[in-house]
Amino acid sequence: MNFSWDLLVNAFVTGVVLGGFYAAAAIGVTIEFGMLDIVNIAHPAFMIAGAYLAYLGWNSFAFDPFVAIAVFAPLGLLFGRVFYRAYHVFFERRGDESLQGLAFFFGILFIVEIGLVLIFGVDYRSISAPYLESTFGIGRISVSWRIMVPFLVGLAMLAGIQLYLSRTFTGRTILAVAQDIEAVRLIGANPVRAKEIAFGIATASAIVAGILLIIIQPVEPSIGRDYIGRTFAICVLGGMASIPGTLIASLILGVAETFTTTFFGPSWSPAVSFGLLLVTLALRPTGLFGR
Amino acid sequence: MSATFESHKSSVATPLYSGLAIVLAGATLVAVALLVGSRVSEYYYLAAYTILQFIVLGTAWNILGGYGGYVNFGAAGFFAAGCYTTVVLNKLFHLPLIVDMAAAAAAAGLMGLGTGYMTLRLRGVFFAIATLAVAIVLQTVISNWSFVGGGRGVYVVRPEISGLFGTYAHFLVMLMIGLATCAVFAAWAVEKSWIGVGLAAIRDNETAAETCGVPSLRLKLIAATTSGALMGMAGAPFPYYVSYVDPATAFSLAIAVNSIAMPLVGGTTAWWGPLVGAIMLGSVQQILTVTVSSAANLFIVGVLLVVFLTVAPRGVVGIVRAWKRGSQ
Repeated sequence: MNFSWDLLVNAFVTGVVLGGFYAAAAIGVTIEFGMLDIVNIAHPAFMIAGAYLAYLGWNSFAFDPFVAIAVFAPLGLLFGRVFYRAYHVFFERRGDESLQGLAFFFGILFIVEIGLVLIFGVDYRSISAPYLESTFGIGRISVSWRIMVPFLVGLAMLAGIQLYLSRTFTGRTILAVAQDIEAVRLIGANPVRAKEIAFGIATASAIVAGILLIIIQPVEPSIGRDYIGRTFAICVLGGMASIPGTLIASLILGVAETFTTTFFGPSWSPAVSFGLLLVTLALRPTGLFGR
Repeated sequence: MSATFESHKSSVATPLYSGLAIVLAGATLVAVALLVGSRVSEYYYLAAYTILQFIVLGTAWNILGGYGGYVNFGAAGFFAAGCYTTVVLNKLFHLPLIVDMAAAAAAAGLMGLGTGYMTLRLRGVFFAIATLAVAIVLQTVISNWSFVGGGRGVYVVRPEISGLFGTYAHFLVMLMIGLATCAVFAAWAVEKSWIGVGLAAIRDNETAAETCGVPSLRLKLIAATTSGALMGMAGAPFPYYVSYVDPATAFSLAIAVNSIAMPLVGGTTAWWGPLVGAIMLGSVQQILTVTVSSAANLFIVGVLLVVFLTVAPRGVVGIVRAWKRGSQ
């Protein structure tokens, strides 16, 4: 282990910037798992599907990543709503969420991953755009636009979702579902519709996060598994249903991972998120900001 | 409910004939394998081994997942813990495989107990995610541990065997028949005992079960330990079966998905559910691997799992029970 301040500061900055992207990946899990009580373990698989959609768009129509977001995020919203309807009919209405529902999402995760392998193979795929290829520096720290763009888009998406949930009627209904679903029924709002819209938003966020991921690094189908640990660790550490909590937990995880990679080597980094998750569950299952 | 769980404990009736039938079936299979000997192609033994391994894994998973309703996503982690116990013992001492298996059961059982102790007091989904986490953390540690080959994997030398068995594959199949019989017998015994009754109460309504005096944490820990130990035992002979192990094979997602899919397709509420599921899915996969490709067969397992969950959420057991009720 060779220690230097430059390395430390660089790792810290990279970690924070990476954390912004992690927040984009985890916000969907915060909505699904934290607010709607739906354990969508296939969320990272949807994210990888989004990355491949971006690749398809770039490869066949030379889509810029931002065009890809504009085209595919609405599709994600629509798909998420339909998907939730099906889940609701087959599992929530039967009261089968805890065993069959959980296994269902595991099956979906598997189908998406193997499906991508069958279509695209196991080679790494990537996209590019002229503005992504440069880096910029502040003092001795240099940051690539490839990671800065996802950071900025991720933060913007978090802010947008936070505004939607706190300022609109439907958004507030979703927050109310997270607190007390029976009370929502009592005031005459439709919790199933609120959950459907929220699940759609979460799926759209997965697609956006996938597009951001393929900006950062080349993608292959099994990469999604790393994000199960990351997204769920962030959700639990951030206090389940809190968007500011999600952001702070993402930054913590980003910094923890880059420090581990810098000082112990990249082969240890998969254990960081899951280790953090285990420690959180064992010591403080309500998360940093939970009640 | 007027009687408490304590008074109910002793009154659970246990008809013995199913247990006897399981033991007899196991003995018959061993006899058949001995008679057939090496007269058939080695391929059939390898296929039989895979299916038997899945019977053990599915049955083990079901003890906690099916009876208690606590989903374990990390079956591959427990399996691999068993695998690598054998690898370590093989490198250090060259003990008989039975001793390896006992050690593997202890290691994976402790892993189940530890994970359970940490998260079984929380909601079930936290246990599910924690098992996945334990599997990944263990995989990372093994990948960085050069003594067992690290990420590159390790070759394992098969020990010598006595003349009773034709080939080593033959010996491994006999061993697996024995293990599968023990696993199914254990699942049956748990299901019919007060432990199984308590677990079913927990699955249906944990709060109500605790109110009736079901010691829920203790029962869940017993189930998690038994289930983990059996999965570890399923993994122990694996290094000798393939003679080369690396973390990617031992922790393969296919193991995790099969361990969940088989009980759910077969039916989780009876001991024979995982058995039927494992035989069904195991045979389908063997046929597909030979005729199509191994990626396609995993895809089909995923599709079958999702189709069964949506169309027949109680699996084959549910279909059979509904049919029996209909014909009465």
